[in-house]
Amino acid sequence: MNNTPLPKDIPLDLPLPEWLLVILLVVSFLAHIVFVNLMVGGSIATLWAEIKGLRNKEYDILAQEIAATITVNKSLAVVLGVAPLLSINALYTIYFYTANSLTGIMWILIIPMVAIVFLLTYLHKYTWEAMANMKLLHIAINALAVAMFLFIPLIFLVNVNLMLFPEKWMSVRGFLSALALPNVFPRYFHFICASLALTGLFITWYMGRKNYPFEEYFQVFTRAKVKRIGYQLALGASVAQFLFGPIVMATLPAKGFSWSMMSVILSGVAVAVYAVYYMIKTLRGSDADLNKYFRRIVISMSIVVVFMGSGRHVYRANALNPHRELMAQKTAEFEQASKEAREQALNKQAEANEAIAAAEASGDNTAKGKAVFNNYCAACHKETSLLVGPPVTEMKEIYTDKKADLIKWIKSPGKKRPDAPQMPPFPQINDTDMEDLTQYILNIK
Amino acid sequence: MDFPLFHLDWLNDRFLIAMIAIIHVFINHGLAVGFLPYITLLEQQGVVKSGPEDITDLAWDKMVQRMMMVGFVITTTMGAMTGVGIWFSAALISPNSIGSLIRVFYWGWFTEWIVFVSEVVFIMIYFLTWKNSNKSLRAKQRHIRFGWFLSAFSWLTMAIIVAILGFMMDPGNWVEDQSLLSALTNPIYLPQLLFRTPTAMVVAGAFGFLLIMLFTKKDSPIRPTALKTTATWVLLWLPMSILASIYYYNVIPEAMTANMSTAVGTMDFAKYYDLLKYIILIATSSLALLAIWTLWKPKKVNLIIVIIPFVLSLGFLGIFERVREFIRKPYVIGNYMYSNLIREEDYPLLQRDGILKHSTYTSITEITEENKLEAGKDVFMIACSRCHTSQGINSIIFVFEKMYGEGKPLDINSMKAYIPNMHNGRTYMPPYPGNEEELDALAHYIFYLQQSGATLEGAQSAGAHLNPTHSVEHFIEQKTKQQ
Ligand code: HEC
Ligand code: HEC
Repeated sequence: MNNTPLPKDIPLDLPLPEWLLVILLVVSFLAHIVFVNLMVGGSIATLWAEIKGLRNKEYDILAQEIAATITVNKSLAVVLGVAPLLSINALYTIYFYTANSLTGIMWILIIPMVAIVFLLTYLHKYTWEAMANMKLLHIAINALAVAMFLFIPLIFLVNVNLMLFPEKWMSVRGFLSALALPNVFPRYFHFICASLALTGLFITWYMGRKNYPFEEYFQVFTRAKVKRIGYQLALGASVAQFLFGPIVMATLPAKGFSWSMMSVILSGVAVAVYAVYYMIKTLRGSDADLNKYFRRIVISMSIVVVFMGSGRHVYRANALNPHRELMAQKTAEFEQASKEAREQALNKQAEANEAIAAAEASGDNTAKGKAVFNNYCAACHKETSLLVGPPVTEMKEIYTDKKADLIKWIKSPGKKRPDAPQMPPFPQINDTDMEDLTQYILNIK
Repeated sequence: MDFPLFHLDWLNDRFLIAMIAIIHVFINHGLAVGFLPYITLLEQQGVVKSGPEDITDLAWDKMVQRMMMVGFVITTTMGAMTGVGIWFSAALISPNSIGSLIRVFYWGWFTEWIVFVSEVVFIMIYFLTWKNSNKSLRAKQRHIRFGWFLSAFSWLTMAIIVAILGFMMDPGNWVEDQSLLSALTNPIYLPQLLFRTPTAMVVAGAFGFLLIMLFTKKDSPIRPTALKTTATWVLLWLPMSILASIYYYNVIPEAMTANMSTAVGTMDFAKYYDLLKYIILIATSSLALLAIWTLWKPKKVNLIIVIIPFVLSLGFLGIFERVREFIRKPYVIGNYMYSNLIREEDYPLLQRDGILKHSTYTSITEITEENKLEAGKDVFMIACSRCHTSQGINSIIFVFEKMYGEGKPLDINSMKAYIPNMHNGRTYMPPYPGNEEELDALAHYIFYLQQSGATLEGAQSAGAHLNPTHSVEHFIEQKTKQQ
């Protein structure tokens, strides 16, 4: 049963202590994913509100207000994505790049797809008034953007999932087969629900702010109404997580589980229950009390995010550490073998030099030149027969007593024989080597 | 060897990287680094030329804002994504080199990232506060000051990334002491920066001409003024750009210069040289002509005469980028790693034992008559596929037929004689890394490719095969035996 590859690692030290890299990775990833959540969730919420806006103008205004935030959130999502990318590349080079390679076409398509979906969101945002009479088309632009926003995270998920399972690499043939690994979709829905939950809280905050000129935009809707919409979205999505969370756990391969991981995840769940409780309480309370538990909910949800992000990392570390340990040993073995081979080659070189010295001592003054010739010219020239270019004997015929011309040819050859290809120039041969080389050519027998 | 290799068998792997990188440079130089000071200058001009009671010339300001909107939308979508795309594509095609560079340059890139985040945030602030800043003169002046600050910032981003690019072309002392600082002080750094700074300004001017034509009406009074400012801007920077490009070209180390013949694909050295001169000459003089014409007859400028120098100046920048992408052949990291992703120092080992023995992803443990073609394919994938395709751009058949005669059946023995010396004959290629049997298999495989017209699938569709001696199971078994 040979099916788990064990490549060697990049043989350079990590740029900083591993624990520090891990912290950087987890923290920067969370910052990135929050904005990704807001971007994806925001575009879904916009679509929903704009469709409702066909009948009720107020929803259209709501849609426009949410849409205004997407382009800012998306810019932050991208720039904040670079740091975790950098860190995961450094920490898990072999795993991450292998997953990228095995799903290569889809992986590289992320670039044009994200650029296009961003352009679509700008188009959607800046044509709101201009396309007021083509509402369906305007909605269609956003629907296309939402479809792409829903698809792109799937590519990332497939990659960060595939990298965890070297034992699966050999069975993967392209993106679709990596997509079919059992735990991809549960993780995906988990992510989508998280996006909606965060977006709900974001809407509540953004439109409930004191310096947000709510009354300038809306005629009928009250702040309380919009805040309730936000809370409802957050609550619904959070409750759904209690369904998807266990499915994710059930479909994750056992190898990354440990008590430490479970305790991190379960602590997160406990805090989530607390947050959900206060969301329900808020929704059942009066309009005047809509802000009462807001901070509490946001803080506890942030804690949930940190716990889930950490649990995710603990799983990854558990899943990969044994393999990484073996890989480090293998890399060290390779380095050792490489070093020995280098020394061996140096010795051989020294022997060859001695042989040349011996030949010269016995009166043969072409030995050195022959070595130069073998190095640079033997690919295309033989001593007495035609290879790619003419034989050395023919060179001697042409250039006897014309050493300077020969050197000139070697440094920048012309074009003579009609069916021969162009000979490459050799400006890099230094003067002493050139002296030896021509000595050899012009003295060939 | 250590990765299943992604491979684009028609387009050519290098082409993918080059394409993304060139688009990125166009956008970064033309619509950020050079564009921001240019736009700020125009914004300021609006304030200066308005009447004493006005904050700014509103029609003018509207035009400048719309120009900035183009810059804003494109840099935050295509600009940002192609920047990330350089990473994505380079990691797909050269995983070992990017993996190594990240370990050496982590802090360099981290710093670059911080600057990049700030840049994007600042661009957003600059653009999104434009409307509000028109409410009072003080706010407007603050906005303009912010524009200058932003310009300096985006130049700084470029200065850092150029250090990294420069390092990849010429490693300075990095291989000896492997530290970031020595990599930053490499000899190609300043010339590149000197080249990129004025050239970015010039390209921004070319963008400016185009946008002014698009955003002003034919008889609008602001059009000639705006065009004249742009013309002055271009004429100011153009001589510096020309001088710097000559300087830059001259300091590229000699051996690297020798490789430049390959930079435009298949053209001969001499022809290429002419072409480069030609393009520089035509692009810069057409821009200069446009600028002079604009100053002389600003009302007689039309879209066509603006578009031509615009396209040419992009070509000018593009060709320099393409050259930069190619001159570091045969290395991806100078003197450390060749572009076949093999470290120079591992060559003795691989040439002694063969590359397949040390490759994780091959099904061949021993070459036999039966598996020769399969082996040759794996050798090709490792040793040649980063630069050659089977039948597509720069295909291995094409390059061999060019040497041995088009359409003629390739001679296996000649290929076997050629390949071990290919680095000496053509310094832009790395030395052949494998052993004798692998060479034989490779030559047979190339012959097979020629005769059958077969193509080569990369790991993204074909998946990967595991070398049974490179599995976790095998490794543990070996360890058990040692006990
Ligand atoms: C890539 C193949 C290649 C390599 C490597 C090569 N040559 Fe050539 N050489 C040729 C070809 C092809 C010709 C015929 C060119 C022609 O006639 O246009 C040639 C022709 C020559 C000639 C004949 C010139 C004449 O005036 O007819 C000399 C001399 C020569 N090569 C020397 C060398 C030397 C010395 C080296 C090593 C430093 C070398 N070549 C390396 C391909 C090569
Ligand atoms: C660093 C990238 C790179 C690698 C790796 C590489 N080549 Fe090349 N090779 C080139 C370039 C560039 C050319 C020039 C193409 C042209 O002139 O159009 C070339 C040209 C050639 C030529 C024609 C040379 C001539 O004199 O015209 C042959 C033959 C060749 N390559 C074979 C190989 C083989 C076999 C391998 C693998 C063992 C290989 N190359 C690996 C980049 C590479």
